[in-house]
Formats: sequence, structure tokens, C-alpha cells
Amino acid sequence: MFGEYSIGDLGSIFVMQGFAGLILFSVYVLMALGLAIIFGQMGVINMAHGEFMILGAYVTWMTSNTFQHYLPSLFSGYFFLAMLLAFLASGALGMLVEWALIRHLYKRPLDTLLATWGLSLILQQTYRSVFGPREVGVELPQWMLGSLKVTDSIEVPINGVFVMGLTVLITIVVAYVLYKSRWGRQVRAVVQNRIMAGAVGINTEKVDRYTFGLGCGIAGIAGSAFTMIGSTGPTSGQLYIVDTFLVVVFGGAASLLGTIASAFSISQTQSTLEFFMSGSMAKVLTLLAVVGILMLRPQGLFALKVRK
Amino acid sequence: MIITSRFFNRSELIGFIALAAVLFVILPLSLDVFRLNLVAKYLTYAFVAIGLVLCWGYGGILSLGQGVFFGLGGYCMAMFLKLEASSVENTKIQSTPGIPDFMDWNQITSLPLFWQPFHSLTFTIAAIILVPGLFALIIGTAMFKRRVGGTYFAIITQAVAAILTILIVGQQGYTGGINGMTDLRTLRGWDIRPDHAKIILYFFEVFLLFVCIGIAQFIRLTKLGRILVAMREQEDRVRFSGYSVANFKIFAFCMAAIFAAIGGAMFALNVGFMSPSFVGIVPSIEMVIYTAVGGRMSIFGAVWGSLLVNFAKTSLSESFPQLWLFGLGALFIAVVLAFPNGLSGIWADYVQPRIDRLLASRKSKAGAWADNSVADGAPAE
Repeated sequence: MFGEYSIGDLGSIFVMQGFAGLILFSVYVLMALGLAIIFGQMGVINMAHGEFMILGAYVTWMTSNTFQHYLPSLFSGYFFLAMLLAFLASGALGMLVEWALIRHLYKRPLDTLLATWGLSLILQQTYRSVFGPREVGVELPQWMLGSLKVTDSIEVPINGVFVMGLTVLITIVVAYVLYKSRWGRQVRAVVQNRIMAGAVGINTEKVDRYTFGLGCGIAGIAGSAFTMIGSTGPTSGQLYIVDTFLVVVFGGAASLLGTIASAFSISQTQSTLEFFMSGSMAKVLTLLAVVGILMLRPQGLFALKVRK
Repeated sequence: MIITSRFFNRSELIGFIALAAVLFVILPLSLDVFRLNLVAKYLTYAFVAIGLVLCWGYGGILSLGQGVFFGLGGYCMAMFLKLEASSVENTKIQSTPGIPDFMDWNQITSLPLFWQPFHSLTFTIAAIILVPGLFALIIGTAMFKRRVGGTYFAIITQAVAAILTILIVGQQGYTGGINGMTDLRTLRGWDIRPDHAKIILYFFEVFLLFVCIGIAQFIRLTKLGRILVAMREQEDRVRFSGYSVANFKIFAFCMAAIFAAIGGAMFALNVGFMSPSFVGIVPSIEMVIYTAVGGRMSIFGAVWGSLLVNFAKTSLSESFPQLWLFGLGALFIAVVLAFPNGLSGIWADYVQPRIDRLLASRKSKAGAWADNSVADGAPAE
């Protein structure tokens, strides 16, 4: 298997594949962060999460088009505004959905799964009707194109580096918000004991709504980042939803560190395997390994000890 | 609640007679062969839906991977039919005659080992039951023995569905890839394609469906069914009473898998092909909605749910293709939010009391007291 490559080549291959894995890792982390907040903190399975992400991607696409037509001079910086808009749009839709749908179903987690699946079908068809069935691609500003030459044989694309930097930044912000801010403390209090949290004066319904909104908003940012490395279609979100759920479950729900670790191991395994076999087999083997490990260790990699 | 010792209580007997009349008499008499064949296709999903009633409605185990078992059963049947259709004289023009056409296209020159036993019909029938059954046993044992349940189980079954689909699509030479196994012709020399064969297959399928209904009803009425319900409501209490919760869950999951596999095998026979588009995540979730629409606690409801949703799907997607996804999505949400017990719940809440009242008023005139049969087991959640 390794015969035809020299040691130096192999090293470069691993670095490049590893870097491709890191980009996949960034998308997984961004999507899984939102999902981990919603699933881990609230116990709600949001099957429409992929569609919230795609909403972010479409918002980014629209922003980029607007800038191209009306503000070409500011085009190089459109992305930061697009990300903010994507966050707001997905977050607002998320809060609306929580109010209209999810809050009636907190006691029936399996039913939220079905209801949000129905929501995802409706959203997909909406995207198809509004934006058309074709995949759309975002035009990247000049400074994001091209690649950085690290050594003679190793090159890394700039947009990949940018997405990774973004991921790190957002992860830090989310961790800070959840573990240091007043609101984060309220969220964790509600998770640990809803009745007691209500008794000490936390408005649990409001906390739920904002938590769901934050999770969906992060999905929107994930979609925004996703446009830089791939094109967006009405059903793109569905392709990622099972993988992302596996990332969250594998990491151990309610554990941010676990989510990151599992996203890292899954994406690295997959992209490394992809070099040696067909993409579909790489994916099958990765998923099988994850399911196998979950059968041996159902609580995931980093389990939070909670008394039931 | 009065537990009747009879196999069906009165309202169930009416349901049974109504379903039998529609499936055995009314539909075959009123529909042409093409439409009847469509009904046969819809009914293959009813097998899955009945399995889900046992596993999800009674046992509280939501499996989002029923397409896996449907697919395994269907592929077992399709492999047998495909081998028969690829006899040496049928496939003379291939570079390797006697192997299925898609293998020839993928430069495979001899029949793979795992295909060999599917020359035998007896083996195939055994495989249709045993392969999905054993697969469910492995998944079930691994999950339930470790007390994994609820949403985790749903996600993992969904991942299994994704894995199997990717595998089937990826291994084109062995499975026919994304196109699946097409051009199935004969069963032991008997052509399954002409109209009269379709009619015979339809009646055979309805017969099998009623066998499955009978088995499901039997499970429901015995102590086993009671334990399943108890487990769904208060798992720990059942465990503390000394029952092995895991084993009962594994049993319900395996039964659901076997029912789904029978449905899949009938699908391959009736429709004449099998493809990965009936295996993956999307079809698996749609199968759950058939059960939910019919009523997750009602065996007959599951059959009606499969028929109605599929009928709506065909007619809506024929005339308004964009509307169908909106309709299906709205159906998911409506069934969950407004009618958690589906059609059978609506029937039990609104229609049945009126019929009972009507009958009771007639009986009380004759001086007899009314039979207060309670509609069975509507979940309280």
C-alpha cells in the first residue's frame, strides 16, 4: 500500500489529508456545537438542524450577491456581515420554531424527532421553491482564494485556514457564554434541575427559547462557513445531519470537549481513510467504527455523570 | 378495563372484517391490475408498520432503521430472482454468461461466494427471515443489554440505515449500486410480470399480511404485550419486578425486523425490483409516519395508515409534486402535535362512542345492558 511513495511524499500526503480532515472537522464542529447545545442541554432532537444550517448558507449567498451588485467596493469584507445575518436569521427562525412547535413536546423526545423531521421537509421544499433546485455557489473575495505554501510539497488553501480560525473563535465564544456568563449558568441550572431552577427565579421557558435560538444560530454560522468550501442546495443539510448526530452522541451529549474530540477523531479517520480507498468505503468504515464503539461505550467518549 | 379472553373484542372484530372485506373483495373488484399492483406495493409497507406498532407503539422503542430490514428482506428475495433471471441462456451476450448483468458491467467474472446459496428458494426464504432477524438480534442485544434506549437508539438505527445505503451504493458490482436489482422475471419458472401473476401475488400478500396481523394481535393479547406496555410506561418498575427488560425489547425489535423483511421480500416480488432508495434514512422515517398516521397503538390502523399515506403520496406527487413535501411535513407535525394516536385515536375518541351510544340506546330499549367495551390501550402521554 505504501510501496510506491517515498517517506517524504507520505509525510506530505498525511499532512495534506490531515488538513482536508481539519476542514471537515471545522464543519462538523460548527454544526455539532449547535446540535450539542440543543440535544445535550435540552434533550431535544432537532432533525431540522441541517436546514437551519442551509438557511445560513442561503443568507450568505444572498448577502454576497447584494454586495456584488450594489457595494462592490466593500465586497472583500462582506463575509463578516453575512455571518452575522446568518446567525440572526437562523436564530430567529429557531426561536420561532421553539415557540410554535418544540415547547409543546419537551416531555416526548421521540415525537420532537418526528415533528422536526416534518419541519425539515417543509423547509427543504421552501428552499426549493424560493431559491430553485440547483446548487448555488458563493463568490469568494480575492483574499480568500489561493493557498499558502508551507513547504515545497505541502500547500494549504486559505479559505480552509479561515474556516478553521472561525471555528476556534466560535468554540471559544460558545464555551465562554455557557460556562462564564450569567445566562450560561442559567442554562446549565435548567439542565441539571428544571424545577429547582424555576423555583429560584429563573424563567425556564425563556432560557429554553434562547438556548434553542443560540443552537440554531450557530448552525446558521456553520452554513455560512460551509459556503466557502462547498456549494449549497436545498437538500445539502440532510447529508450532514446523521453524521453530526453521531458526532454529538459519540462525544457524549452535554460535553463540549467531547463534541470537539469526537468531531476531530471522526473527521480525521474519514479523510485519512479516503486516501486509501473509495470515499464511500471510507465513510462506511468510519461510521461502522463509531457505531461499534458506541455499542461498547453507549455514554460516549466524555460522559457527564448525571444521577437519573 | 375488561380484558376479554376472546381473540378480538367486538370493535376489533368489526375492524378485522372491514379490513378483510376491503383488501380481499372491494379493492380487487374495483381496481384495475395496475392500481391493484400499486396497492400491493403500499401494503408491503403495512408489514413494516405493523412491526412498528409492536416495537414503537407497545414497546416504546422508536427504530428509525426499519428500511434496513425492509431492504435486507427485499435484497434476499431480489438476489434469488435475479439469479434466476440471469441464467446462462438469458445472458449469452455478456462477457461472462450466467452472472447478473450488473456484475458483468463491473468486470466481475464469477459469482461471489455470498451469492451462491441464493440459487435455492428454501435458503432464500430462510434468509429473508433469518438475516434481518439475526441482524436485529445483534443490534438489539448490543444496545438494550447496555440500557441504551430512546433517542440514542433512534440515532444509532438511523446511522445503521445510512451505513447500509452507502455500502449498497458503493459496492456496485455486488449489489447493483444505486440502480438496485432490476429486471426480475420469474419465480421457479413462474413469470411474475403478467397481470394474472400480479393478482395472485396480491392475494398471497394480503394473506401473509393477515398472518402477520394475527401474530401481532396474539403478542398483544398475551402477557408479553402487557409487559411491553408496562415497560414503555415504567421501565424501572418492570425491571425491579424481576423481568429482563432487555430481552423483551430485543424480542419486540426482532419481530418488527422480521415483519419488515417479509414486507421487503413481497416488495421485490410485486414491484419487480429492489433498490437502495427503500433502505436509507428517508424511507425509514417515512415508514414511521405510516404507523403514526394510522395510530401507533393500533394494528389495523397501521395498515390503513400505510394505504392512505401512500395513496396520498401517489396522487399528490402525480399532480402537484411541490405540494407533496409540504403535505408530508405538515402531516408529521400534525400527527405529533394534534393527533398522537393517529386515525385510530380519532376513531376511538369520536366515532366509536357514537356507535356505542347508538347500539346502547337500541339495546336498552330491548332491556339489555350495554357492553361497555373500552377502546383498547390509548397511550396516556
